[in-house]
Amino acid sequence: MWRRIRSLIVKELLASVRDRQTRWVVLFSPPLLLIVYAFAITQEVKDIPVAVVNQDAGVEARELISRFEGSPIFSTVDIVDTMADIDRAINARRAVLGVHFGEDFTRNLAAGRQADVQLILDGRRSNTAQIVQGYATEIIYGYNLELARRQSAPIISDVVSRAWFNPNFRPLWYAAPALFAVLTAVVGFMVSTLSVARERELGTFEQLLVSPLHPIEIMIGKTVPAVLIGLASAAAMLAVAWIALGVPFRGSLPLLIGGTTVFLISIVGIGLFISSLAATQQQAVIGLFFYMMPAVLLSGYATPVENMPHWLQWFAETDPIMHFIMICKGVFLKDAPASYIWAHVWPMAVIAVFTLAGGAWLFRKKIG
Amino acid sequence: MRERDLEFSNRLMRIGGLIRKETAQVMRDPSNLLVAVILPIILLFLFGYGVSFDPRHFDVGLVVEQPSPESGSFTAALANSPYFRIETRRDRRDFESDLVSARMKAIIVVPADFASRAYRADSAPIQVIVDGADPNTAELVRTYVRMLWANWITQESISRGQSLAPSYIQTKSRVWFNPEVLSRNYLVPGSVANILMLIGALLTALVVAREWERGTMEALLATPISISEFLIGKIAPYFILGVISMAISVAVAVFVFGVPFRGSFLILAALSAIFLIAALGQGLFISTVTRNQLVAAQISIMTAFLPAFYFSNFVFEIDSMPAPLQWLSLTVPARYYVSSLQSLFLAGDVAPVIIADSIGLAATAVAFMALTALATKKRLA
Amino acid sequence: MTSPLATLDRVSMRFGNAGPKAISEISAEILDGRVTGLVGADGAGKTTLLRLIAGLLAPSEGALTVCGFNTVRDATKIKREVAYMPQRFGLYEDLAVIENLTLYADLRGVPGDERPETFDRLLQFTDLKRFTGRLAGALSGGMKQKLGLACALIRKPRLLLLDEPSVGVDPISRRELWKMVYELVDQGIGVIWSTAYLDEAERCRAVLALSEGKLLFDGAPSLLTSSAEGRTVLVQGIERDKRIVLTRALDRPEFVDGVIQGASVRLLLAENAAIPPVETLQAGPKARIEATAPRFEDAFMARLGARSRGRSALADARNKATSSDELMVEADQLTKTFGDFVAADRISFSIRRGEVYGLIGPNGAGKSTTFKMLCGLLQPSSGAARVAGVDLAASPGRARSRLGYMAQKFSLYGDLSVAQNLKFFGGVYGLDRRALADVSARMAETLNLTAYLDHTAARLPLGYKQRLALACSLLHDPDVLFLDEPTSGVDPRARREFWTHINALASRGVTILVTTHFLEEAEYCDRVALIYRGRAIAGGTPDELKAKGGIAGAPALSLEDAFINLVHEFDQERAA
Repeated sequence: MWRRIRSLIVKELLASVRDRQTRWVVLFSPPLLLIVYAFAITQEVKDIPVAVVNQDAGVEARELISRFEGSPIFSTVDIVDTMADIDRAINARRAVLGVHFGEDFTRNLAAGRQADVQLILDGRRSNTAQIVQGYATEIIYGYNLELARRQSAPIISDVVSRAWFNPNFRPLWYAAPALFAVLTAVVGFMVSTLSVARERELGTFEQLLVSPLHPIEIMIGKTVPAVLIGLASAAAMLAVAWIALGVPFRGSLPLLIGGTTVFLISIVGIGLFISSLAATQQQAVIGLFFYMMPAVLLSGYATPVENMPHWLQWFAETDPIMHFIMICKGVFLKDAPASYIWAHVWPMAVIAVFTLAGGAWLFRKKIG
Repeated sequence: MRERDLEFSNRLMRIGGLIRKETAQVMRDPSNLLVAVILPIILLFLFGYGVSFDPRHFDVGLVVEQPSPESGSFTAALANSPYFRIETRRDRRDFESDLVSARMKAIIVVPADFASRAYRADSAPIQVIVDGADPNTAELVRTYVRMLWANWITQESISRGQSLAPSYIQTKSRVWFNPEVLSRNYLVPGSVANILMLIGALLTALVVAREWERGTMEALLATPISISEFLIGKIAPYFILGVISMAISVAVAVFVFGVPFRGSFLILAALSAIFLIAALGQGLFISTVTRNQLVAAQISIMTAFLPAFYFSNFVFEIDSMPAPLQWLSLTVPARYYVSSLQSLFLAGDVAPVIIADSIGLAATAVAFMALTALATKKRLA
Repeated sequence: MTSPLATLDRVSMRFGNAGPKAISEISAEILDGRVTGLVGADGAGKTTLLRLIAGLLAPSEGALTVCGFNTVRDATKIKREVAYMPQRFGLYEDLAVIENLTLYADLRGVPGDERPETFDRLLQFTDLKRFTGRLAGALSGGMKQKLGLACALIRKPRLLLLDEPSVGVDPISRRELWKMVYELVDQGIGVIWSTAYLDEAERCRAVLALSEGKLLFDGAPSLLTSSAEGRTVLVQGIERDKRIVLTRALDRPEFVDGVIQGASVRLLLAENAAIPPVETLQAGPKARIEATAPRFEDAFMARLGARSRGRSALADARNKATSSDELMVEADQLTKTFGDFVAADRISFSIRRGEVYGLIGPNGAGKSTTFKMLCGLLQPSSGAARVAGVDLAASPGRARSRLGYMAQKFSLYGDLSVAQNLKFFGGVYGLDRRALADVSARMAETLNLTAYLDHTAARLPLGYKQRLALACSLLHDPDVLFLDEPTSGVDPRARREFWTHINALASRGVTILVTTHFLEEAEYCDRVALIYRGRAIAGGTPDELKAKGGIAGAPALSLEDAFINLVHEFDQERAA
């Protein structure tokens, strides 16, 4: 039995490696994409254009504006004349933030009254807007402290915060592990989803079915090579994350390898299930997207899982990508213990068992 | 002259024939409708009900090293806030593994000497430990704690009759277009672009590769059809499928999920049309590179679908990317389309944005079509 | 007579810069109002030549003029005058018959008001009227071929190019196709018919025979046939194993080619060779050698200068019991229903060890269904299938390990090399590394694949694909070999060689079940079953079948005639 499965595995591997285009797409492009997209998704908000209307003549407003100019967050600080100009700048996406100082700004400050600064944000990009708002508030807060110090007034005690695992909030550090997880999933899907549908369309699948191979053996023979290719691709990405991106790797490599293997088995299981369901390659590809797009959205890759309603979090629990992202963050950044990895490995293993068994059952069903 | 008229009507007939054929094939395979109609609705549903950047409440571990009336009052303030679900312990080590497993988003430490330090300026009695592996959440948690702390200390000062430093400069914020800051309002346009990319690039690349794999391409090439006629006939049905899908997405977004739409539908239709042409052009171009469905699928995922996801302001900000990637994003049609869609949905017909984006879109569309025409060889070899 | 429809002037075609010439300096003329046969082995350049004439390829050297236009400068104009039906017919399988027709009517600019009449005429012509709403993919091979022809004829062309139109098509449909083509020719259309079946060449007015890209013969087929006059003999009255007689004959220097024809053996004498005494063949006391009229195929083989080998090293290497009465394949009341449709209706037969058994029948008659149930690809609705005494339903794995299967179209892994395909199939059947290395080396050597071991399977010529598929199905030394249209589209030389191996295997005790549309091939079988409308309507040796299928007491001239008569009779009885 082992010999039969082994030759299936060797065949699948050879078929992938011999085709120049497949080789490139599956083995060499993922590490490249990891670099490109890692930089793309760093979500580090910086170089934000600002438009300022200053109707005040006082020195404080000017000082505050220069603090905006000096901040690395804000790239260009455009001084415009009227609120209408801010309107236009934001509308045309020339500015994300508008700052307005009223005529009585300095007068109010001097009188010890509250002086208002108005911030106008572009809600079409609410994520950025929120972060920019935070930075602007921080600059103004800092300036408040400075003013208080100058007048030696008492100051409110502050909250101290510390970030574990990524103390400087280095964007690459958290982006790379999640991206690694998603790209590994994409590779796993690509090498498995078309495999059965393709053989069926080209007629070689019948040849397998008349051989003494049991459907489960065919399933194993299809799963193992896809997982191996996925692992090779993952290894290349890991090396890139380490060497080119300088992401720390604090946890245990064996745990990550184990987690990646189980993850790939579950992904390949899903891919093969879709593949056995599809009548044509086109249907298989469509089925893949039908699964993959919601799965990536629910994985917490782009938006946090905790933000979802509970019933959707339940769905997320059945999403191997969600579990693997947790594993990756845990291993890369947190030196997570085995118990933590295990908590995310077993759900993936359950998914794998169900999908692989389902796929093998479909082979058999399609014979009769 | 008459001969030219005849030739023209024959040309129309050939294109019409191809379009009818392709349409029949699309209609016959239900999986096409799955991707054009059902998938957008599922995605919108997820954006509408589930997936968002908008926080609900965070699980937070609170460490009170030595309970006192002051700490009790602050703890109550935290617990009553809509932002947090609190679990209280005496020792921060109790929460360390929870932060590793991300069960807790942060640990808030109220130290033993809290009571004595609380009102001293320049001392920082409260410590927040956040998870740097999840900076978005970390940032939000930090902001909320700081806000709650400021409120609490102000209340306390007032109740003690002690005046604190006046808050000299007060900020007042207004968020335009999306005052409740709902992330679905800006995620929806991005998802429309992604679906259209799927229909445009991926499906087209697949169907052309299929003609080669099944040997029907040879039969087509032996008829009087020309390259341009073939391309038009191939594109049109998927163009229409894309338009239908776009219309359904927009209708569901606006009428079911209450996403505002402030622009004009005419402009939306025009922009979608140019975008679809660009996406279809990309799909056709891929199909000239390979005649194998498997490879066509892989290449279109890598070069069309993923870039549309990453380089379109869908989730990730192009302005924050390194310069080379910003340049790269200029070749991604979705970038222009999403930008305009966000304006059309939330702001209205903002002429500068739409004009600039249409130029960008048109340029990518022309570029892909030209590349395709150059690469398509009429002959078999 | 007017000027020729197509003129080829020293045409050469080379793919890539360094590759060998696929077409080498061919000059010829194609005339209107006749069928010109384009015959030759696989990889001889038939398809390339057709594509050159259709203007789909530009020649590397030389020039083609088709309907007065140069194929390079005026390719578009040629496409208006020339209709081309490629292999696999160029149909959209997910479109209905009428939709396929409409598409090609649009593409070829048939005006709307002419359409009802045109469609009507073509549907009448191809007898597809009842099926206009059916998806092309659901049509049988013969109907697909007719639809392909209808699509090509949607606008009356001056020149019609047919690339292997008879591959995978049953004898009835083949005959109908010829009838249709003759009607077209009567209307003055020129037809080029490319084929690997040489009996079809005899039906053409002119023949272009290609070999390795070169023109071997250009002229009327009878001209070539008569060149083999006096060189063909029939050994009749054989009482021993006819396969051994054939082997023995081909061992002798006098004979260069031979095939089994029912109970007789047909042999081709070497040039200027005398007929040896019949005793040398040890065919039994009643055996006699008689001269017979040559066929085109005989002459073609003679012209090729081929020398068929009678022995197969493949079988020499096999040490198993020879034929016995042990039943190796049993079909017991096999029935398969799809909904209301009965695809196979209580089919029963059994095959002894060492027997070659043929399943013939029109497309869609239930032949494939029966075949698939016997090798375990379909589960019977009722009845049982047994291979080597093992019930396929009870222990499929054990039964399958005893059988070898060679699928239609030679399902190989195209992106793997020849060696890798061998290794794979050996492994799937559980051969260990040593045995695998041994057996695949031997297979490669006997089947002349050694030089191709590192070639990618997809790029092999068809005949080599067939050999590779055979090798793959024999690696595990099966007791039963299932062959599904094993020689469809394969040229006569490769077919001979293939059957040499099959005959040798049978002599060594391998049981063979073969389906075929090519009824000369059915003559190589010991017994044949004719499946029609889901039932086995006739069975027996090829000669018995010819007797049964004769008209008015006289046996049919060929198995093909018998086939057609039997089917016809059955239909009449049913109608009565």
